[in-house]
Amino acid sequence: MSTPRPTSVVVVDDHAMFRSGVRAELAAVGAGVVEVVAEAADVDEAVRAVAEHAPDVVLLDVHLPGGGGVEVMRRDRTGTTRYLALSVSDAAEDVIGTIRGGARGYVTKTITGPELVDAVRRVADGDAVFSPRLAGFVLDAFAGTFAVAEVDEDLDRLTEREREVMRLIARGYSYREVAGELFISVKTVETHMSSVLRKLQLSSRHELTRWASDRRLL
Amino acid sequence: MTSPHLQPRTAYRDAHDPVLGGVAGGLARHLGLPVLWVRLGFLLAAAAGGLGIVLYAGLWLVLPTDAGFERSAPGLEGATRDGRRPRRARRLGDVGQVVALGALALGLLLAVEAVLGQGVVFWPVALGLAGVALLWRQADEAQRERWLDTTGRIDPVRVVFGAGGWASYARVGAGALLVVTALGLVFLRDGGAAAAGDLVLATLVGVAGIAVVVGPWFYRLASDLTAEREERVRSQERADVAAHLHDSVLQTLALIQRSADDGPTVARLARSQERDLRAWLYSEEAVDESSVASALRAAAAAVEDTHGVAVDVVAVGDAPLEEALRPVVAAAGEALTNAARHAGVPRIDVYAEIDDEAVEVFVRDRGRGFDLEAVPADRYGVRRSILDRLRRHGGTAEVRTALGAGTEVRLRLPRPARPPQEDQ
Repeated sequence: MSTPRPTSVVVVDDHAMFRSGVRAELAAVGAGVVEVVAEAADVDEAVRAVAEHAPDVVLLDVHLPGGGGVEVMRRDRTGTTRYLALSVSDAAEDVIGTIRGGARGYVTKTITGPELVDAVRRVADGDAVFSPRLAGFVLDAFAGTFAVAEVDEDLDRLTEREREVMRLIARGYSYREVAGELFISVKTVETHMSSVLRKLQLSSRHELTRWASDRRLL
Repeated sequence: MTSPHLQPRTAYRDAHDPVLGGVAGGLARHLGLPVLWVRLGFLLAAAAGGLGIVLYAGLWLVLPTDAGFERSAPGLEGATRDGRRPRRARRLGDVGQVVALGALALGLLLAVEAVLGQGVVFWPVALGLAGVALLWRQADEAQRERWLDTTGRIDPVRVVFGAGGWASYARVGAGALLVVTALGLVFLRDGGAAAAGDLVLATLVGVAGIAVVVGPWFYRLASDLTAEREERVRSQERADVAAHLHDSVLQTLALIQRSADDGPTVARLARSQERDLRAWLYSEEAVDESSVASALRAAAAAVEDTHGVAVDVVAVGDAPLEEALRPVVAAAGEALTNAARHAGVPRIDVYAEIDDEAVEVFVRDRGRGFDLEAVPADRYGVRRSILDRLRRHGGTAEVRTALGAGTEVRLRLPRPARPPQEDQ
């Protein structure tokens, strides 16, 4: 937690006003903790910026000219950069699609500055950032009430414990409060989150498709 | 403008997850059957004298794809048209099915050849079918791209090739080549016997071939024109709504300018306007009394407006708002009002889980909390409106709170079993 180096961040959004707003906010609230190293306005620019700076975290808009935020993650070759989606849209297919594309978290643009800094830090440390709304979509997706085309039938179901964790997150509990409520450690909560993410990304079959499409085989 | 009118049920081809043309998928959705059954049905019918193949081809020809009829929130539609949203990636699993189907078709053809013992019939038929399949696939692709096209003009080159790209040129080229080769093989077979009857037959075959090849484009074009008219009506309707929203946003901004010094008012105005716009742009989430989730959202919106706190509603599942479920919505509204009034925090979380058995609602704040025992006996809010109300209707309610630790109200109401006298 006590790394002396600030977390490097690339801000990707097609609205210049919003980019400068985020930059100012991060500079004001997250001074010394996060540092914006580059900005990008579309997919090509973003891919170039990520390749050049290899940032710890990319704040990624979901709706982006050139194929959407998912395209940036697909073309990322660094392998070390983590993605935090930052979008005005909280439509279920955008959220689930972006998480499946490889983002470690998803927050909406109404987030406050301190919360954003905290989310960036957590994503940089390898944790997932789930908002209550996101947890709701995940529950919906696995409960089968969500559009069937989006979720594969052979998808692993959530375990009872993962479901409990997601329910508490959806109720607005923080990771620490979830841990207290279920008498487990915060580390365990994070483990459950990782396995939910893994299930959303469809593990092996998805990896295979990704591997193939990266090599233009599909 | 939005008079409730009867929508005729129409079948479409499934453009999202097509194995061949998406006929079976679309038909399965239309008939409410598992798609596997429909596919098996087609296979059985195909085995029984090829009826299934003819049916499949016929339906492929006449059924429109559903790609053009997708309705989502305008913000999402706009982003899709500009290419700012990701498209669904093709998966290896889909290709596998096509390969399997191809192998099956090849096997069938070989079996036919083995039975009839004529290599001459086999090749023209195989080549011709492959060619026509390719051309039809391209007609679908071109139609899909016309739907995404924003200019709205129909250009003859685009009608055939869509947005272009080597894949579409290759499909049209290879398809045409295969069909021509197949026809050529038919001619070559009886090249020596140049009887007049044969010539007439050959001409007929040629005309039929051309009709089969060009047919789909003409048919799709005609259906596109109808759909375009529909689209125009829709976009006009949407323009009205956009104008309306524009006005409401401008109005709010004007109000904000006037009360710029009044922080809470500005926040309240901005919040309600944001909710309005967000609901319109990004979700189809209704805020009315039609379902439990939408009723909860309406209650949350009312609290947001009156008390100036943000209420985040997350709903999993949904159910129609029957009379028996109203108590839980009312109790949740009461809990929300309490939290907004007494907790002293800018934000409240509401989580509702609605499944076949019960409706559960959790209203949570991180405010100052209170001592449940110390609430005076003459204060009825929590006791009567929340706890007693749910108990009366067969549910349970629990208030978890402590001074300084926030409050969570947990409501659970079992859903009534389906009424057996429904058919009376």
